[in-house]
Amino acid sequence: MHRLALSAVALFLGLARPVLANPYEAVLDNGMKVIVKEDHRAPVAVSQLWYRVGSVDEVNGRTGLSHLLEHMMFKGTQKVPAGEFSRLIAAAGGKDNAFTSRDHTVYFQQLAADRLPLALQLESDRMANLAFKDEAFNSELNVVKEERRWRTDDQPTGRLYEALYAGAFIASPVRTPVIGWMGDLDSMKPDDLRAWYRQWYVPNNATLVVVGDVKAEEVLAQARAAFGGLAGRTLPERRPQPEPPQNGIRRLSVKAPSELPYLALAWKAPRLERIDQSEPYAYAMLASLLDGLDASRLPRRLVREQAVATSVSASYDMLTRAGALFTVIGVPAQGVAPARLEKAIRAELDRIAREGVSAAELERVRRQVEAARIYEKDSMFAQAMQIGTVESLGFSWRDEPEFVRRLTAVTSQQVQAVARGLKDDDLTVVTLVPQPLPKGAPKSMPMEGGDSHGVR
Amino acid sequence: MAFAKRTTAQVGRSGWLVALFLAVMAVPVASAVEIRHWQQPDGARVYFVESHANPILDIHVAFDAGSRRDPADKPGLASMTAALLDAGTRSLSEERLRERLADAAASLSTDAGLESAGIRLRTLSRAPERNAALDVLRAVISQPVFPPAVFEREKRRAIEGQRQQETDASYLADRALERQIYGQHPYGREAAVDVTTLTRLQRADVLAFWRSHYRPQSAVISIVGDLNEGAARQLAATLLTGLPKGGAPLPPVPAVPLSSANPAPVYLPHPGSQAHVAAGLPLFTRNDPDYFPLMVGNYILGGGGFDARLMKELRDKRGLTYGASSELVPYQEAGPFSIGFSTRKDQARSALGVMQETLRTFIEQGPTQAELDQARANIVGGFPLRFDSNAKLLGYLAVIGWYRLPLDFLDRYPREVEKVTVESVREAWRRRVDPSRMATVVVGATP
Repeated sequence: MHRLALSAVALFLGLARPVLANPYEAVLDNGMKVIVKEDHRAPVAVSQLWYRVGSVDEVNGRTGLSHLLEHMMFKGTQKVPAGEFSRLIAAAGGKDNAFTSRDHTVYFQQLAADRLPLALQLESDRMANLAFKDEAFNSELNVVKEERRWRTDDQPTGRLYEALYAGAFIASPVRTPVIGWMGDLDSMKPDDLRAWYRQWYVPNNATLVVVGDVKAEEVLAQARAAFGGLAGRTLPERRPQPEPPQNGIRRLSVKAPSELPYLALAWKAPRLERIDQSEPYAYAMLASLLDGLDASRLPRRLVREQAVATSVSASYDMLTRAGALFTVIGVPAQGVAPARLEKAIRAELDRIAREGVSAAELERVRRQVEAARIYEKDSMFAQAMQIGTVESLGFSWRDEPEFVRRLTAVTSQQVQAVARGLKDDDLTVVTLVPQPLPKGAPKSMPMEGGDSHGVR
Repeated sequence: MAFAKRTTAQVGRSGWLVALFLAVMAVPVASAVEIRHWQQPDGARVYFVESHANPILDIHVAFDAGSRRDPADKPGLASMTAALLDAGTRSLSEERLRERLADAAASLSTDAGLESAGIRLRTLSRAPERNAALDVLRAVISQPVFPPAVFEREKRRAIEGQRQQETDASYLADRALERQIYGQHPYGREAAVDVTTLTRLQRADVLAFWRSHYRPQSAVISIVGDLNEGAARQLAATLLTGLPKGGAPLPPVPAVPLSSANPAPVYLPHPGSQAHVAAGLPLFTRNDPDYFPLMVGNYILGGGGFDARLMKELRDKRGLTYGASSELVPYQEAGPFSIGFSTRKDQARSALGVMQETLRTFIEQGPTQAELDQARANIVGGFPLRFDSNAKLLGYLAVIGWYRLPLDFLDRYPREVEKVTVESVREAWRRRVDPSRMATVVVGATP
């Protein structure tokens, strides 16, 4: 009765259906959130399914579970055999892939907008019906180990970052690499993955983000048809695993095949837990002032003016589920000891702590932040990433203007205050000690084929 | 943006009468992208796509100043010259220039590729920012001064970067392969760069290279964004003023000689945990008569991600690698066909065997009908994804302009792909790709 009355009123008042907001948001009965942003510039769409599970949910001995499960999600369900997911998306002209971070696991497809229902049907199938074989697991485990060798073990920066997080954190699971320790991968079992899947791959732990040449109400109907029949389940308890106070500088070194040394300085910093905290925005502003632009302080002072670094960068991400770091990483210029570069970096931070920053510098970053929001709209994928990141961390896409407002409102005094707050007691310093390749190795390789390939 | 949807959008604005008219008259299918093209009195060719969906503007200017123009004894010169274009101009110091760009919230980058060198600008389309950013772009193009102190600093940085790259197994494998494929041909200059050649570069070399290669008559200007055609014409007309005109034309790029037989792989040592394998030969041109059979075939062999045979054989079936792929790069003269992957050192030889067997089988037997259907469906169905942003579209304009491809290239492409058959793929690959002439490099393992 109630419903009938409502639609009668709607008919009388509006004649047409109401225009949906853009983006449009809905929560299915099983707890899955759906966000659709219409963008009609090209006849394509991107679909991203965000699961709120990542390496910060893992425990020692089982590191790498979330990422390995991401790989196994392509290894078949009862209905869709191994490899068939990607084949079907490709046959529809689409691209698909997935990625795992500390905070979440994300599956995505980019395809012609009218093929979106295929992507949603396939995702809903593997949300509930994953059924990989043990042999598929054994083979894929080898693939992931090769990925680890390629991405981390054989990359100087890969080893540097791994040592940095493992050194800066003791109790928090932020310390472990997303891909997992090689030793943990060695002892991983197929049933570990199956259990991880049952725990976390439920609609109420997922957010679907669609951006593209679609109609919001149609996508919502398609999402309902695809995912609405899946039952929600209670999620396991997430223990906070907080990091105890550091109470003292930590220095460590790691060796790797490399010609150049690397230096990383990382201070513990607060993450954004509530939108109205002020410190995280000030840290974000500080990072941008140091290294957001070519004109920023670190590249200008340390690379171009003093020439003590070949490159240097600062970073801080307030949007994370655990363990934010304020990080400065540099490559000392030839003949410059890492200790001297460390001194130069600290001197720049001290200067800001003492003197603050100029109005022109602040204004530059503000403009950049505003412009970045416009540039971002050129890419559907980037727009979906922005929505998914904010949502999976417990904020709303509606908060974005407020993030921007608060970031651009940061004052010189606030930047000064957080620069002063970078204390040695919260600092971890990692030096990559380069191990040059044996002499006479590849470098001296002759120009083979030179004789037979002369210019004609 | 001017995509297939364009007609509908225009209908929406023009009212139902026009809509009716269009519905009757629009017999030819609306083109994917409407590219406007003209040549300026200074010789530069301009390619423009109007797009008002977002208030942004993207510009790319290319010159015949890529590494193929490096003097034989000075590899790396083209790259160094491009890198220093924004290091200061007659009116702007290096720092002032960077501040100007930052104040306009614009980004500018320069890059020397193998065929051409390019300058790229992204700016807001609003007049104050746009004009400020364009002032910087004009100065960077026509008034760079290559300050001596900056030259010395950037040379030191380039040498440091090179030293570091030479510890990277993947870089070493690719460079060794390029050296084998191209030898002394100008396409081999990039791979001839090392610490010694970089050390040799002088500022006078950079000045001379800039004077003789940054010329309006070789320039290709690509513009995408929130601008009407009149404004685009005006903008383009002022971009290159001040550049020296005329001068002797640059010599044509010679044809790449056919590979000789290369029976044995080259093995190079490396301390890492993986071996990196690279194999290839010079093959593919922009105007290649076999362009589509070779390209569709490459999707099936190794270009099509998880659809491709190399990925199936090396990764899915055997767990030997995280990624194996093959690539065809079309240049004006023969660009490389190459295969690459990395694997744990102790299985490098067996993985190399699987790779070679996969290639041999593909060339001998060609694709199956199912594989061909899958490849065509993906390439044709996914075509709109290739230019669904201004940034991607700018890249296509630059390619269309540089190689003088027809303006309806983006419309023709999927139609040509549809025409490819199992037999045309098999025939083209058999005729063109002789595995016994492929060079092979293994970094990090021994025979």
